[in-house]
Amino acid sequence: MPSLGADMDAGTVLEWLVQPGDSVRKGDVVAVVDTAKAAVEVETFVGGIVEDILVQPGQEVSVGAVLATIKDASSPSDHTQATKPQDRPIPERHPVAKQPTTKPRVSSPLVRRLATERDLDLTNIEGTGKGGTITRADVERAATLRAAVRPVATQQPRQRASPQARRLATELGIDLSQVSGTGKDSAVRAADVRAAAAIHAAERPVKSTHVSDAETATTGTETQKSTAMRTAIAQLMTRAKREIPHYYLSETVDLGETMGWLRERNRTLSIAERLVPAAVLLKATAVAALRHPELNGFWINDNFLPGSSVNLGVAISLRNGGLVAPALRDAADCSVTEVMANLRDLVARARTGRLRRTELADSTITVTNLGEQGVDTVFGVIYPPQVALVGFGRVADRAHAIDGLLGVRPVVTLTLAADHRATDGFTGSRFLRTINDLLQHPEAL
Amino acid sequence: MSRTQARDAVAIALRQIVPDADLATLDDDGELREELEIDSLDFLSFVELLSKRTGVHIDEDDYPRLRSMSTCIHFLTERAGHTTPQ
Repeated sequence: MPSLGADMDAGTVLEWLVQPGDSVRKGDVVAVVDTAKAAVEVETFVGGIVEDILVQPGQEVSVGAVLATIKDASSPSDHTQATKPQDRPIPERHPVAKQPTTKPRVSSPLVRRLATERDLDLTNIEGTGKGGTITRADVERAATLRAAVRPVATQQPRQRASPQARRLATELGIDLSQVSGTGKDSAVRAADVRAAAAIHAAERPVKSTHVSDAETATTGTETQKSTAMRTAIAQLMTRAKREIPHYYLSETVDLGETMGWLRERNRTLSIAERLVPAAVLLKATAVAALRHPELNGFWINDNFLPGSSVNLGVAISLRNGGLVAPALRDAADCSVTEVMANLRDLVARARTGRLRRTELADSTITVTNLGEQGVDTVFGVIYPPQVALVGFGRVADRAHAIDGLLGVRPVVTLTLAADHRATDGFTGSRFLRTINDLLQHPEAL
Repeated sequence: MSRTQARDAVAIALRQIVPDADLATLDDDGELREELEIDSLDFLSFVELLSKRTGVHIDEDDYPRLRSMSTCIHFLTERAGHTTPQ
């Protein structure tokens, strides 16, 4: 079970798109997983033959659990796990000879990524896997150890719980702090909440709210889905406002050139090929993010980690309420036409609930385009662990002075909310200026 | 094209964009984009569907005429005379 965002602890398999015996290539979509926010398509990061499906549809497992095993086609004896185990008992520590080389042995890219995410140096981690290989469990253990050594200075010990458990607790009226967790690090799991609710109901057999297992397992109804979405947004935004010292900047951008260019361009094109202004605004933002890498990346463990490319998150509002911000991957390298095509595809899939894992987990900076709904200015909240959020207001005709003359021009208010731990206002203002400059020459984008 | 045909074409296109839209309660003069929360991408799809269905060529300059149900019907019935089949 891959992590599909900073706020995810567990997920439910909705559907398998492969069966044992199927041959898969790296990057193939193999399953659909339900998180609090959306149904997400999950790709495999290895190729081979699907051997066993270990988690059945409807079953919820924590992040890191093995969903299926894939046999490496090239070496038939070698088994590669589609996702690394966590629920598997950690083997008794038979002392593994310390590797004489400094190069850590790692079995999978997932483990490498996890180590990066947790800001751990792989050379300092002792591997317990085959031949001293570092497994996901080793990385998790090192992260836990470090957390124990360096306790985070929170005011109150917060009860650890999976999003599903929190949601269920809210629905069933259970106080999470009264529930003892059986998950990792005593985290409260959904099953614990159900157990507590059962005890609760037995003690006071008044009128019990009947929640069947099937219902709770699949978060079936619209209401539950939107409650889950609200809970997920609430958690993420609370974290953003609690942890991130935001600073805000704003710049007025004359879109005369951009709108004129679009108009000329669209005149000759069929409807399907026409561009909307948002495509140009997004492309300009992506290029600017590439030129100002200090704003493109993540703030993790008191350090800034620059993004390896610009994966531009786009805030998309859903019709039944709620919001997702999937990424336009490598947006700076796409032409405006490609950005437009990818945007249409992304919005359509976000609304039908079919996003890919990488799209939800990989955004390096996010854009919100609330201007579509008619407001002039957006003061955004950053998506942790990102460090910047760009907002575009409504494009409107306004009196605008150019070279001493007053004219009517299409104008937009461009804003930036940025993490003051990662950058200062000076960087932010240069970034906004770059976007403005780029939008004066849309043909060059 | 009759007014009824035009209305049907608009309704079918809208339903495809906003599946849960309650068109029965929609005021003929209400702003479609506002009332149905249609953003610029949705609107582009709407224009595409409408043009395909009716065969009416729709330029970007015509977009303001697709503001409400009644302006859409007016625009389509007026243009349907000189259609460009697609």
